[in-house]
Order: sequence, then structure tokens, then C-alpha cells
Amino acid sequence: MLRFSRTKIIATMAVILIGLLLAVPSLMGREEREAFLRSVPNWVPSWLIPSRAVVLGLDLQGGSHVLLEVDVPDLLRTQSTQLRDDVRRVLREARVNPQGGIQLNPRGIQIRVPDQADRDKILPRLRELSQPIGNTVLGQGGNRDLDVTTTPDGLITLTYTDAGTNEKVRRAVDQSIEVIRKRIDFGGTTEPSIQRQGADRVLVQVPGLQDPQRLKELLGRTAKLEFRMLGQQGATDVDMLPMRDAGGQKVPVERRVIVEGGDLVDAQPAFDSRTNEPIVNFRFNIRGAQRFGQATSENIGRPLAIVLDNEVISAPTIQTAITGGSGQISGRFTVQQAQDLAVLLRAGALPAKLTVVEERTVGPGLGKDSIEAGKKATYVAAILVMIFMFATYGLFGLFANIALLVHVGLIFGLMSVLEATLTLPGIAGIVLTIGTAVDSNVLIYERIREEQHAGRSIPSAIQAGFERAFATIVDSNSTMAIAAVILFFLGSGPVRGFAVVFILGILTTVITAVTLTRMMIALWYHWMRPKALPF
Amino acid sequence: MRLIRIWPEHAHFDFMRLRRFSFPLSATLSLLTILVLLTIGLNFGIDFKGGTLMELQSKSGHSDVAQIRQTAQGFGFGDVEVQEFGTAGGLSLRFPIQEGGEAAQSAVVQKARDTFGNDYDFQRVETVGPRVSGELVQSGTIGIILSVIAVLFYLWFRFERELAIGAIVGTLHDIVLTVGFFVITRHEFNMTSIAAILTIVGYSLNETVVVFDRTRELMRRYKTMPVTELLNLSINTTMSRTVMTATTTALSLLALVIFGGRAIEGFAQVMLYGVVICTYSAIFISSPMLIYIGLRSSETVKAPEGKVAPAE
Repeated sequence: MLRFSRTKIIATMAVILIGLLLAVPSLMGREEREAFLRSVPNWVPSWLIPSRAVVLGLDLQGGSHVLLEVDVPDLLRTQSTQLRDDVRRVLREARVNPQGGIQLNPRGIQIRVPDQADRDKILPRLRELSQPIGNTVLGQGGNRDLDVTTTPDGLITLTYTDAGTNEKVRRAVDQSIEVIRKRIDFGGTTEPSIQRQGADRVLVQVPGLQDPQRLKELLGRTAKLEFRMLGQQGATDVDMLPMRDAGGQKVPVERRVIVEGGDLVDAQPAFDSRTNEPIVNFRFNIRGAQRFGQATSENIGRPLAIVLDNEVISAPTIQTAITGGSGQISGRFTVQQAQDLAVLLRAGALPAKLTVVEERTVGPGLGKDSIEAGKKATYVAAILVMIFMFATYGLFGLFANIALLVHVGLIFGLMSVLEATLTLPGIAGIVLTIGTAVDSNVLIYERIREEQHAGRSIPSAIQAGFERAFATIVDSNSTMAIAAVILFFLGSGPVRGFAVVFILGILTTVITAVTLTRMMIALWYHWMRPKALPF
Repeated sequence: MRLIRIWPEHAHFDFMRLRRFSFPLSATLSLLTILVLLTIGLNFGIDFKGGTLMELQSKSGHSDVAQIRQTAQGFGFGDVEVQEFGTAGGLSLRFPIQEGGEAAQSAVVQKARDTFGNDYDFQRVETVGPRVSGELVQSGTIGIILSVIAVLFYLWFRFERELAIGAIVGTLHDIVLTVGFFVITRHEFNMTSIAAILTIVGYSLNETVVVFDRTRELMRRYKTMPVTELLNLSINTTMSRTVMTATTTALSLLALVIFGGRAIEGFAQVMLYGVVICTYSAIFISSPMLIYIGLRSSETVKAPEGKVAPAE
């Protein structure tokens, strides 16, 4: 009947106690928590100490959320340009001259080779440029990244396949994450979170950032650095590139790249010893140093173009051969610009342009206000609900109130273990579950009352009340769970925080409103042997 | 100590009679909602429309809305909505989405920071580009459709067909009237609003399920009781609980409306409204629906008409 074995009592209390202890680190501030963890003597095994805590969402602690997307057309353009170089090499080695040169397509290249013999000579070698995709060890060699097609009139087209494009995008995202991490670390920002999102996106979250403008500038640049020679106006193998600080004036730059940013090993901001102008000092690796040394010794007296993201930053005239493998970039920078450029060069170039598709920034002041307001609402809600429950159910209301406090504590305990993120809608979720958590108690108590009025004795009415209400409790909680689970999978960020709280709240309410309340009522009955229900 | 008694023990209030008022009322409100939705429309936030939202706080505590509006309008980024917001000196600015794809959006923030940065703190800046807003519209729509489907499945497994139909009508009613609330109050409709609607769906179902659980139980106990009487009895016996839960939930939400701060106020208001609507629809819409659907039609034993059930 209305019995609760000692083992069951101990087990219930243990579960609740552990749950509440887990919530403790979340209630401390960050410094307090670290001090507490240090104060624990060494002989205590670390797994015994609750150390995980709830993570505050960016909407509560303030910070920036920037969603970046890999510019796929830009990526394919870069890839196609590399492909063009490869094809050019194949053609040169086979001594084949295509009609009208190599044409760039949005997703590949095309050449026209009318001569059948020439075509037969180069086609196998062009097909070799196509790389297999995925795990070839397992024998899934079916997919290749390039499609090579020919028409009878001699048009050869090399196109990246869908699988090839996806693979390139996937790799570009991986590389971008690496580069972004370096850029942010070098930039001196603390604790960024950088994650892949979807197929072609990177989510960067930086807590405590007031103005994400500098972050966006650091992330928005490809930072492709090239050293090329300034060419002759009207020559065939030059690109017309804009000159920095020259009002859109364009200068001819040779297509051939002497050294690339990838050959840099270090870059540091500094000041020019003569002009006191901010500059960037850099050092090449061995290969870079050799090429740079050779090019500078062959071109003394000619201007060298330093090209960053297809813009000529400066074009100093080569005075002497630079064989030491180091040099400097000047370009009328501000101190900040020189610092940023050094960071960009050290972190390396992005494989493609990244575009900001979503940005959400909350100032730290607003976050703090939200936490305070949320706390206040939580306390007021709890007090109102508890007064109302007590006024309606008396002692049983008190039991329900104890269960309610444990319920909120357990939500925090579970969120701490999961290191779940608490967002502003999450706080709203907690307040809402304070209102709904007592629903289970209400269902039980009303049922007990009915059963007693139907003529049952007190223990039998209590027993029947719990049993009969249980099916309804499961029903009413599953209906809420349906909505919460869907929300969890669809929502992101703040809204997902709401769903998490709600789902956890549904789980803990079963422990507290059913098991804990039942235990309290059973103990009460055994101690007091009451003649009437308190409501 | 005298405790509060929510609903008399052996009440026999005739809830079903009130369907003569509740059905026309709800039908009118639903039609009105559809009408205003089509004519006025929802006040979509930047989540779904794209664009830039900024919340500024004046450093001096004073803000000149008219002047800010004029300056911001002069940026040439389209029509700017400027409103006073929160405490003294607080402003919210909303810029429409810019032509020219994803990259074009950040110019807005840059310009605003350059212009107002000296006199105002930027407390919140949100920019949503065209692609992301499109995706959010998609996932919001999917969310609501999916929740209705999930609810249907749940009801299908858990209840007889008639009860399931009654419950889903009630849930749809609550969704429609909540949308109406958004249109009339001009609350911004964003991803948090979708969260509110889904929570209301859960709550609506919760309310209906508690009554219907009782209806089903009583159906088995009183095999010959007429439908109207059966439904009245179900509602009367669960009324204490319905009022209790609605009250505790409403109390928490009230605390959230008053103290929760401006960022969560809207959500709390919608939820508070939702609790009222859900409680109403469970009693006055979903339950009386069963009279028309015919509660016992799917049962093997059909009750003879007009026979009075035995007294309790």
C-alpha cells in the first residue's frame, strides 16, 4: 500500500542530492568556481567534484555570433585557375597549341583542339588530372572530381562534378576553420568557439566582444599575398590590378607569381627605422627565400608589386638582391592596419572568400540586465506559485513546493552535467516550467480528493490518486515534450536553449512531482497517522 | 486554516450549453484573424524578413527620435523604423534588407556605428542576410507543420478517432487565434514567436488531453450516459485541476511579463494569452465538438438514446 521501503528512500534522496550537488558549480561565479576547485585537497578524486557548469549563451554574457559562408563561386574560380595552370603544363609538355587559348568556365575550363591526333595525345593526361573522391581504400572509386568531355569538333571541357564541388567546399570549410582559429588567436581574442555549420558555413562565436567590426575585418579577407613583377602596359601576360590609395587607378602586373603568402614563416608589425611608418616585417621559408632571392637579383631597378587580395599594396623598386629571406611591406598603414596585416599573413590565406550571412551581437551590459531580470522573474514566479499552492492544498501544497524547488535545482544540475547553454529564452523556459511543474501535483491531489470523496480511506485514496493520475501525467507531459523536441531540432541558439530547458524540465518533473512527493506523503502518513487529508 | 476551494466538489455546470456562444465566437474570431492576416499581415522581424536591427542606449540618457530618424533615413539604406524602446534614452532601429546579396548588409551597421557611436551604446546589433532569413522562414514553417503532424500521430495512437478530431480542432483553433494576436498587437514575429506557438500547441494539447482522459474513463464506467452529460461531467470533475494549472502557469508568466525585461516581454505576453485561449478551447471548443462528431460511433456497443445514467 502506501509504503516506501528504506532502500527506495535512500535511492531517491541520493539521486536528488547528486542532482543538486551537480548544480552547485553553476551557482558560483567563474573565479569562485576556480578558487573552489583549487581548494579541494588532492586526495579527493577529481570525478567526485562537480566541476561542470552551465554555459551562458551569448545573449546573456554578451558577445558576437557571426555566421560565415564559403563563397562557392569564388572557390570554384580559384580552383579553375589552378586547373588552368595544370592544363597549361600538360599542353606544353605535349606540345599542343589549343585554338584561342584556355577558356575559364564558372565550374572548370575548356579548350579547343581540332586536331584528332593532338586530342588523343592529351586526353589521357587530362583525365589524370581528375582525382578520385572519398575513401578509395574501400574500393569506392566511382566518383571523381572532374568530368572530361569532348565534342566531335574538338571542344574539350573539364568540369568539376557535383561530388567534386562538394568535396572542395567541405575541404575549404575545414581549412577556413583552421585559418580563422589562428587569426582570432593571433588577434588576441579569448575563448572563441568556431564550428562548422551545414555544408558550407562556419559559425564563429566570441563572448565579450563589443564591436565585431574588427573581427569581421579579420575574417572577411582572403589574405592571399603574392609577390609579382610590375609589367608593361599593354603586354599580353599582365593583369590590370587596382593600386591601393591611388583612387582606383590600375597598374599592369605580370601574371607570373614569384612567391606566395604560403611561403611565409613569420610576419610581425614594426616601424620603419627611417620614416617611422608602420610596416610589416616578414620572413620566407627556404623555398620562398631562394625564389625571392633569384627574382630580386635578376630584376634590380624594376618595381616589385606586393599584391594582397588582387590589390597592389605597394610597388617598391628593387634596390639590391634580397637573399636573406626576409623583407618588409610598407604601404602607408596605420598601426592597426599593420598589426592586422601581420596577423593575416601569419595565419595564412583562406581557400576562398567568406561572406557574413548572419551577425548577432549583444553588449555585455544588456546581457547582465537580462540575467538580473530573469532572476527576478524566476523568484517572483516561484513565490507566487508556492503561495498559491500552499493556500490551496495546505501541507500537501508545501510538499509540492519542496518538490518544485528540487525540480528547478535538478534542471540546473542536468544542464551543468550536459554543459548546456542557458539563453534568455531558456530562462523564460525555467519560469514557465515553474508554472507547469506543479501540474502533476495538482493532477494527483485532485484525484486523491475525488477518490476520498468516493468513499475510500485516506491511504487507499492516496494510493489510488497517484496510480490513476499517473497515466494522465504521462499524457500531459508527452504532449509538451512533442513541441519541445521539434523545437530543439529546428531552432538554433537562443530558441534551442528554451527547448533544452523544457525537455529537461519534463524529465525532472516526473522524478520530483511523482516520486519525491509520493515519498513525502508516505512518510507523513506513517508518522502522523492522520484522520483527514489536509485539504 | 481555510484553504481555497477552486471548484465545488459536485458541480453540475452545463458547459455544453455554452457552445451556442463559444462556437460562433470562435468562428468569428478565426475568420477575423484570417481577414487581418491577409489585409494587415504579420509584423515580421528580421529573422524572417532579413535586414538589420539595432538597439541603442543614449549615453546622456536623452534621445531625439525624430532627429535620429532623419539622419538614418539619410543614409540611403531604405525606410528605417525608429522607435523608443525600454528605458529612457533607449532606441530601436530597423533597417530593411539591402540589395546586393549577403555582403551588402554589413555596410548598414558600419555606417550607423560611425554616425551614432559617439552618443549611443550599441546594446544589440543583429543582421540577417537574405539566405539565412529564407532558411529561417522555411524551418519555422516546417516546425509548425511538423508539430501539427506529430500531434496528430500522438492522438491517433493514444485516443479514439473522435477524441483525436476534437483535440486537433482545438489545437488548430489555438494556433489561429495566436497568430491573430500577433497581427493585432503588432508584436514582432520571429523565431522566438515560433517557439511560443509550438509551446502553445503543447499546452493546448495538454489541456484537452486531461479532459479527454477523463471522458474516456467515464465512457467506460457509464456506458449509457448521453454524450452531453458525459462531457459535462468530465469537465466538471477536471475543472479544479484546469483552473489550478492555468493559474499557476499564468502567475509565472505574469512574473515574466512584469519582471522578465524587455527582451522576453513579448514572448511572455503571447504565452499568457495562449494559456487563456488553450484553457477556453479545451472546455468550449474541443469538448463540445464531440457532440457533433458523435462520441460513441466507433464503439461496438452503441448506447440507447435518452436513457439516464445511474447516479454516482
